[in-house]
Amino acid sequence: MESPGFVHHAILLSLVLFALGVLGVFLRRNVITVLMCIELMLNGVNLAFVAFSRAHGTLDGQVLVFFVMVVAASEAAVGLAIVIALDRHKDTLDLDAFNLLKG
Amino acid sequence: MLELTKLDTVLPIAVLLLPLLGFVVLALFGDWIKRDKEESGAGWLACATVLIAFGLSAWTTARLYGLVAGPTGLRFSQPYLGFEWMEAGGFRVPFSLLVDPLSSLMTLVVTGVGALIHIYSLGYMAHDEERVRFFSYLNLFTFFMLLLVLGGNLPLMFVGWEGVGLCSYLLIGFWYRKDSASAAGLKAFIVNRIGDVGLILGMAFMFHAFGSLDLVDIADNAGSLAPERLWEFGPATIACLLLFIGATGKSAQIPLHVWLPDAMEGPTPVSALIHAATMVTAGVYMVARLGPLYHVSETAMMTVAVVGAATALMAATIALVQTDIKRVLAYSTVSQLGYMFLACGMGAFGVGVFHLYTHAFFKALLFLGSGSVIHAMSGEQDMTRMGGLRTKIPWTFGTFLVGTLAIAGIPFFAGFFSKDEILAAALGHPVLFGIGLFTALLTSFYMARLVFLTFFGTFRGGDDAEHHVRESPWLMVVPLVLLAIASAVGGFGIPLPGRPGELGQPEGWHLVSIPEIVGPVFRVGDGHLAHVAWLPVLATLTAIAGILIAYYLYLALPGARASIASSLRPALRIFAAKYYWDDVYNAFVRRVVIDGSRALLWEQIDARLIDGAVNRAGSMTKALAATLGPLQTGLVRQYVLLILAGAVALLGYLLWS
Repeated sequence: MESPGFVHHAILLSLVLFALGVLGVFLRRNVITVLMCIELMLNGVNLAFVAFSRAHGTLDGQVLVFFVMVVAASEAAVGLAIVIALDRHKDTLDLDAFNLLKG
Repeated sequence: MLELTKLDTVLPIAVLLLPLLGFVVLALFGDWIKRDKEESGAGWLACATVLIAFGLSAWTTARLYGLVAGPTGLRFSQPYLGFEWMEAGGFRVPFSLLVDPLSSLMTLVVTGVGALIHIYSLGYMAHDEERVRFFSYLNLFTFFMLLLVLGGNLPLMFVGWEGVGLCSYLLIGFWYRKDSASAAGLKAFIVNRIGDVGLILGMAFMFHAFGSLDLVDIADNAGSLAPERLWEFGPATIACLLLFIGATGKSAQIPLHVWLPDAMEGPTPVSALIHAATMVTAGVYMVARLGPLYHVSETAMMTVAVVGAATALMAATIALVQTDIKRVLAYSTVSQLGYMFLACGMGAFGVGVFHLYTHAFFKALLFLGSGSVIHAMSGEQDMTRMGGLRTKIPWTFGTFLVGTLAIAGIPFFAGFFSKDEILAAALGHPVLFGIGLFTALLTSFYMARLVFLTFFGTFRGGDDAEHHVRESPWLMVVPLVLLAIASAVGGFGIPLPGRPGELGQPEGWHLVSIPEIVGPVFRVGDGHLAHVAWLPVLATLTAIAGILIAYYLYLALPGARASIASSLRPALRIFAAKYYWDDVYNAFVRRVVIDGSRALLWEQIDARLIDGAVNRAGSMTKALAATLGPLQTGLVRQYVLLILAGAVALLGYLLWS
């Protein structure tokens, strides 16, 4: 069992990573940057999983992390494909240019 | 004693299905048959199916009479077609027929009179372009009528009941290019539907109350029901009254009689077959068939008798003033049907069926005779344009005269016996007896009037029409002669083979009267009436009086007619207006149904309530969309912000609540 201080720091780091990711998603305009920020959020969550796994002495959190990694990899593949399609369509990667999905 | 054999259970099914086969062949291969130059093949095929069916049912009737009696003294068989129609819980409707004295007698009437009318139609419809359609309808009608009388349970009977209604509609509107014909067809159909609602409710109620719709079950178990006195509305009374509504529709009794006179728009053989001899008697058949049940309820019996007597009197008075030859006969039919119901209501079901039987002969004869007159007059139906036809169309005149004497009740013609027994049955009730006797007087009067106007005096149709008058072809005369023979001797009974092996029974063929044949069906005593010697004399004198009055008014002293007519003007005006039934119904439909539908159902409920609800649902959705629409900007980053806000709000709620 690790000391509570270590878990505490790990959680704080994961919070900072997640918050950075969120800020990036709605402050940055470039689609690729936004995708990268989403990865950042996922990894922040992964870190929290691992930290809690360590704190409780079980493997559940670590198993979940592998799932997240697989999903993140697929997401990156699909996301990058969409980015290429978007670029071909509008010759720009500015997120605010893609605003047709509205009522 | 004979045991039931395979043949006994197969033959009724063959009787039933033969006309259906004729219909299917005519309907499917009609065009192919039409290519034939002669074009009479269709008609002969239709005649053949009904004739063979008649032969088979005659054989069945004779066999049935010699069968071993069932537990209730009734000889019957229940041919089963081999499959169930419906089965749900305790509700079971098998495809089974019921062959007993009543249904076999009805089968004889339907196929016998039906075959003669089919043959007559060969001549009558010879120049119509759509003969194939006509004969296919006639065959279909015969099938449904046989199903009606042979059906072993009420739902199966109801199929036949609706089927004959359909065929009646199709045949009344046969000349559908004529507006009045198609309107008359519709009227018949709609009025009958109103009656059928009663019939359906009655069936549902019977299943609810007695748990069975099988005709033998109902008749067997009716005896164990507690008798219900006048104004006591037990299950039997309610069921019988509901079913009687159906009977008033089909058999043209007050208040649903209005369709029958209009039904005369159809070809005359149709009037003879459907609207005189067979279909319209279905109501009488049903009441007689459920006789044991009706017998339980005094209220239902009284209703049947009173409605019958009132209809008999009313229709007879209307017939007095009609000038259309077929309309006189139509009102006469309504009146005679009322007679049959009067007999049933007095508990003499066998007598009602007896009158049904004799009426089928003489009324079919009269209708076919009137058709022959109309044929000779090139389509003219107005009696005021006829006259003196007796020497020009002697065969039609002779047979028509026999029919008239039979319906008037002149001794030893068929109508004399049945009418006499009806009056005897009504003897216990002075008012109904008086109405019956007075109606008999009116009957012989209007029939004599019809004969005198048509066949005696001088021709009033103009020279041109007079040259065209000619006797009908032999195909029409032969059925007339055969029906005249039946009308003359039909009252004596049916010759049946003796029951072999019974002690005291004479072997060989002997005459059996109709009430005696059908008596066991009703299970309510042998129905033997106290015969009083003076009654036949009184009835005969009444009939002769009616004929004599008509003779004086229409032949001997026509001057007296005008003075009598003027003194009776208010009454005659009511008769001519048919007691305003049609006007009342028209006003009701126009004011209540049409105006009410427009003002309430259309303008209020449909236009405001239903349309309003639908429109409001649409406009509310639209308004909501207009409010929430601007939230959706299409900017993905704004959506992310909203998602985040939502997630934070949710988390906050979970943490601090």
